[in-house]
Amino acid sequence: MTTATAAPARSSTIGLVRDYGVYFALGLLFLVNLVLTDNFLTADNLRTQAVQMVPTLIIALGMALVIGTKGVDLSVGSVMAITSALLPLYLGYGAGLSVGVCLLAGAAAGLVSGYLVAFVGVQPIVATLALLVGGRGLALVIAGGQLKDIRNPELRELGSGSVLGVPYTVLIAALLAVLVGLLVARTTFGRQLVAVGGNPKAAAFAGLPVKRVLLTVYVISGVLAAIAGVLATSRLAASDPSRLGELIELAAITAVVVGGTPLTGGRVRILGTVAGAALMQLITATLIKNDVSASLAQMAQALIIAAAVLVQREGNGSR
Amino acid sequence: MTTAPATAAPAEANRRGQQVAQLVQRHGALIVLAVLLAVGGLAFDTFLTAYNLGNLAVQASFLAVIALGMTMVIITGGIDLSVGSVYALSGVLAAYGAREWGLLGAFALPLAVSAAIGLAHGLLVGKAKMAAFIVTLGGLLFARGLLQFLTAEGSQTYLVPQTETAFLELGQGRILGLGIPVLIVLVLYLLGGLVLQRTRFGMRLFAIGGSEDASSLMGLPVARTKVSVYVISAVLAGLAGILSAAQLGSGVTVIGVGLELDAIAAVVIGGTLLVGGAGSVGGTLAGVALLFVIRDVINQVGGFDSSMQLVVSGGFLVVVVVLQTLLSRAKRR
Repeated sequence: MTTATAAPARSSTIGLVRDYGVYFALGLLFLVNLVLTDNFLTADNLRTQAVQMVPTLIIALGMALVIGTKGVDLSVGSVMAITSALLPLYLGYGAGLSVGVCLLAGAAAGLVSGYLVAFVGVQPIVATLALLVGGRGLALVIAGGQLKDIRNPELRELGSGSVLGVPYTVLIAALLAVLVGLLVARTTFGRQLVAVGGNPKAAAFAGLPVKRVLLTVYVISGVLAAIAGVLATSRLAASDPSRLGELIELAAITAVVVGGTPLTGGRVRILGTVAGAALMQLITATLIKNDVSASLAQMAQALIIAAAVLVQREGNGSR
Repeated sequence: MTTAPATAAPAEANRRGQQVAQLVQRHGALIVLAVLLAVGGLAFDTFLTAYNLGNLAVQASFLAVIALGMTMVIITGGIDLSVGSVYALSGVLAAYGAREWGLLGAFALPLAVSAAIGLAHGLLVGKAKMAAFIVTLGGLLFARGLLQFLTAEGSQTYLVPQTETAFLELGQGRILGLGIPVLIVLVLYLLGGLVLQRTRFGMRLFAIGGSEDASSLMGLPVARTKVSVYVISAVLAGLAGILSAAQLGSGVTVIGVGLELDAIAAVVIGGTLLVGGAGSVGGTLAGVALLFVIRDVINQVGGFDSSMQLVVSGGFLVVVVVLQTLLSRAKRR
């Protein structure tokens, strides 16, 4: 039985690397950058890096919960696109209502995938794949295939303003990370989630509300994807349903897995997920800032993912 | 799930129910395909013409080749997310190979690179026991990155020289009115069906997908079989890329994005269970055909933009998957 905040299960070297490797790698990369990259430790650069990783990080938080239950949510990019298409539609009624509509849409998307997974028994990868395919189309249908500028001053402020030098979007992401972290570590729901992921049958025998827990994690994932969509759209100051959130599901899954949450479920590491997202952001930034082409950066990323998971060695989880 | 034997009379009814459920699951895609073709033929004059169907078949052939490999991987309980990227990379390599070394280069270079990528996947999944999802996700990123690198971030296009008529013929030619890619698909699926149903290797795929632990205990070479299946999948994706280069006459860098999802969708619609241990290549072929016929019917209806195709495909996938899940439950009772 592992709990979410348990000490490393094994204190062998591999165990240590698995549990703390992501922080170690992050620290190392930071040092490398201090030496190699000009203007790395400037407030401007750090702010840029933080702002760039916001959508991936927020989505990775929800993904960590879903992966903790042995599931996966491939629909997050399409949910982002749907919210991006919805956001400009209701701006006549004020920014608050538009954002509310978007969050509801995210929850609805989560309800659909969650229902299919929890109550029908469809495999997570297939249920959310259907929404990935259909959701992107739906977003384009809603938007009528055109980009719309977002002129609402409040949303523009949300997307590009900052308080005391910290951008609002980064603040929101940090707040969400703390909330999700507390949810996993300090609530009954968090413990139930880990139990369901570790052994669904045993959890059901123990009388845990397995179906409700599963449904809830997909709804949370959908809402978080919607928040990411709202923030990304506000930052661009334009709605872009055809491209927004493309491949972000893969980036989020990578951040979660590199951060030490196994794909086989039963363990969630939120702090690791944050570190994983930061690591991925920093890898890309480091390579690009040092004039390594984007394509090589992508290949390096692939190898780093493989190395990270090789270290984790997730037994026989073949999905 | 209980599998307790019931009394005689209900058991008989039960078995018949199971047979029906199995039949629908096996041939559901084919039934829906027939219905759609009939409806499309009645509604649109231009739909059931040899010209239209011939074109559709050629367009669908690339996905069909990829989905064949995906079927085998999924039968073992794995997944291969890299096929779209490997397909695009192969197309570029084939065009480059054709330019440098002619027909031989057009085949040897992309197939060698694809096989190497498949081997890496297979070793990591089969020998190192890593999650297929993550490994092949890495493969997706890697192959796409390599493709961008080779084409100077997508700015350079390699053309197949017009003198390479034999190679271009492969993608554009027709025999007896059928496009050559379509013929290749038919041959490959026949082979694939034979391998799955009639060879020891095919039986192993089902056994591993059914229960990996049991397969190991029985002494089946689990790791080796898995390595082979990822190599096959990558090589087939590579072959699809070669065919696309032959058809388009150049290595197009932007193709294949999201193609792995289409392939998975086709496999699932065709009745192969994602949990592994069951599936058929015929179903996958019907699934591929179905995806393309849906798109074509939506095009023929007109008034919709292409995004509506995505909505319908996604909705269709949901319906199919829900039905399949319910049917497989009925089978277990």
